Amino acid sequence: MEAVAEKKLYHVDARGYYGSFGGAFIPEMLYPNVEELRENYLQIIAEPDFQKEFNDLLKNYVGRPTPLYRAGRLSEKYKTNIFLKREDLCHTGAHKVNNTIGQILLAKRLGKKRVVAETGAGQHGVATATVCALMDIECIVYMGELDIERQAPNVARMKMLGAEVRPATCGSRTLKDATNEAMRHWINNPVDTHYIIGSVVGPHPYPDMVARFQSIISEEIRWQLKEQTGSETPDYVVACVGGGSNAAGAFFHFLEDEDVKLVAVEAAGKGLESGHSAATTALGKPGVLHGSRTILMQTEDGQVVEPFSISAGLDYPGIGPQHAYLFDSGRGIFMSATDEEAVQAAFELTRMEGIIPALESSHALALLGRLGASLNDTVVVNLSGRGDKDMSTYMKYID
Amino acid sequence: MNRIVNLFEQNKEGNTSNGLLNVYFTAGFPELNDTSRILRALQDGGADLVEIGMPYSDPVADGETIQRSNDQALENGMSVKILFDQLENMREHISIPVLLMGYVNPVLQFGVENFCKKCAEIGIDGLILPDMPMDVYLTEYKRIFDSYGILNIFLVTPQTSESRIRQIDEVSEGFIYTVSSASVTGSKSGVSDDMESYFERLNAMNLRNPRLIGFGIKDNPTFRKASQHAAGAIIGSAFIRVLQESNDLEQDVKSFIREVKNYPETIEA
Repeated sequence: MEAVAEKKLYHVDARGYYGSFGGAFIPEMLYPNVEELRENYLQIIAEPDFQKEFNDLLKNYVGRPTPLYRAGRLSEKYKTNIFLKREDLCHTGAHKVNNTIGQILLAKRLGKKRVVAETGAGQHGVATATVCALMDIECIVYMGELDIERQAPNVARMKMLGAEVRPATCGSRTLKDATNEAMRHWINNPVDTHYIIGSVVGPHPYPDMVARFQSIISEEIRWQLKEQTGSETPDYVVACVGGGSNAAGAFFHFLEDEDVKLVAVEAAGKGLESGHSAATTALGKPGVLHGSRTILMQTEDGQVVEPFSISAGLDYPGIGPQHAYLFDSGRGIFMSATDEEAVQAAFELTRMEGIIPALESSHALALLGRLGASLNDTVVVNLSGRGDKDMSTYMKYID
Repeated sequence: MNRIVNLFEQNKEGNTSNGLLNVYFTAGFPELNDTSRILRALQDGGADLVEIGMPYSDPVADGETIQRSNDQALENGMSVKILFDQLENMREHISIPVLLMGYVNPVLQFGVENFCKKCAEIGIDGLILPDMPMDVYLTEYKRIFDSYGILNIFLVTPQTSESRIRQIDEVSEGFIYTVSSASVTGSKSGVSDDMESYFERLNAMNLRNPRLIGFGIKDNPTFRKASQHAAGAIIGSAFIRVLQESNDLEQDVKSFIREVKNYPETIEA
């Protein structure tokens, strides 16, 4: 028993914390909403009826399990064994839908009539609008005014799916402001609305709830790896981190396997020293953002700084509290890739394996040459999304 | 005695005939150095207590009017340090209670102990930090607040359960900030029947602490109505709009406050 108690815990504790990170730093107006979720989420998720519906949708609607593909030519180039977890093959084009399916089922069981969400690049907005269409629930997506201009195709997808896209017009008019607006909407509509947060951020229980819905990624990696290599655990799991939901899902079932190196890749933007970066652990400090104590990029005065990355999905000034704890405790290895490195990695994967990755996932791929993995090592890269949405950026690099 | 506690004590003894008026304004708005002028005009106009907003990049509990004033103040270069400089000598002419309202992150970055120390030196009486959770306050910061004599003001809303209201009443000192409706600041105006029954429910609980009603209070009728159900009320967004449109801050601030409290324009006459 004592040995168990001594074992390091990387999951959320009973108070909603990961070490000193996490908690629920929310105004009283949000307290009943968050409390309702906190009191019910574990029980609802555990219900056989919920599990059955969730797993059925993941299999027959999302297309799970997603393949674990051994990338032969990449493995040869980097002289190691590289496996790609193909979340890019999920319905809607990224891992985001694993979470929105889980949360819409939860919202239904809580009797909610409407869903509100925030989105940056529009991937989470599309995944939310998709499940709302599926479940016939009203959907409102807040998106920064600037992002609406930059991400027209995803705005169109959301509208076609029947969602109302509302612009966030204050502050920097990007993802963090869209998140503020979604929270305000929830404050104004506390009883009938569920807020589907798209990443492992926000007040407890969101980081844990979203990580649980994304944990299917590492659950599948384990058995797929066993099938293909005879061992359930790789030497490395590599994933990009904006807020960190795909990384949280890819790390989840490996957290207690201390010999598995968990590599989180942040977006360095134009470079760590350039003033145009989103590498939160390199540039940030502990503080409170969007309802949890975490690490965030901020001024000396504690104002939240607007980050920069070529990838809209990594363009967030904080990271989830669990990631802050993995960083702080040393369990996670935090590295970063620049815009330029990410684009190069995207072209490399495309030309060598015939897979066009999302810009976000390309940051994880960009680390392959720097991991120090050897010939006998197994490296799993979470390919979190596909690159269709990024074609206009990629086209600029084609001669 | 803390000025806030003192004010409500006097009020209870019947020394103030009307409801108490608490006015919120954003520091560094409309211009960086307007803070002290506005504070003084508020006192002169008859505000009973004042809540100075520390602008924040992500004010999640605030509606559009206050958000925009926050954005403007930050653009003007406002910071916690500059605010403390501006307020350094305020007690030379300000005798009414003064609170700071803001979000928890800038306070954490300043250091909670340093922050409270500075507040005590200047003569700040209380803090309103809507995103500071009660349990964190009690376990980590109450001791510090207490040692510098700074009150922490808690909020209750129509959705707050009775047991939680009791808990908040237990740990509160000064007053309880009663949020009138499920909303962010400035998004709805007026006092509806629903609100009145919620205020009556609170009245019937016989809480230890007096209450001020905020959110949706904008003029004399709403102020008077709210004051029938509590010790007084708080005006924020409506006052920010006055500042926004003003060409003569001192005069406009004073006449707005007099109008809300319904003091005659010229007492002498």
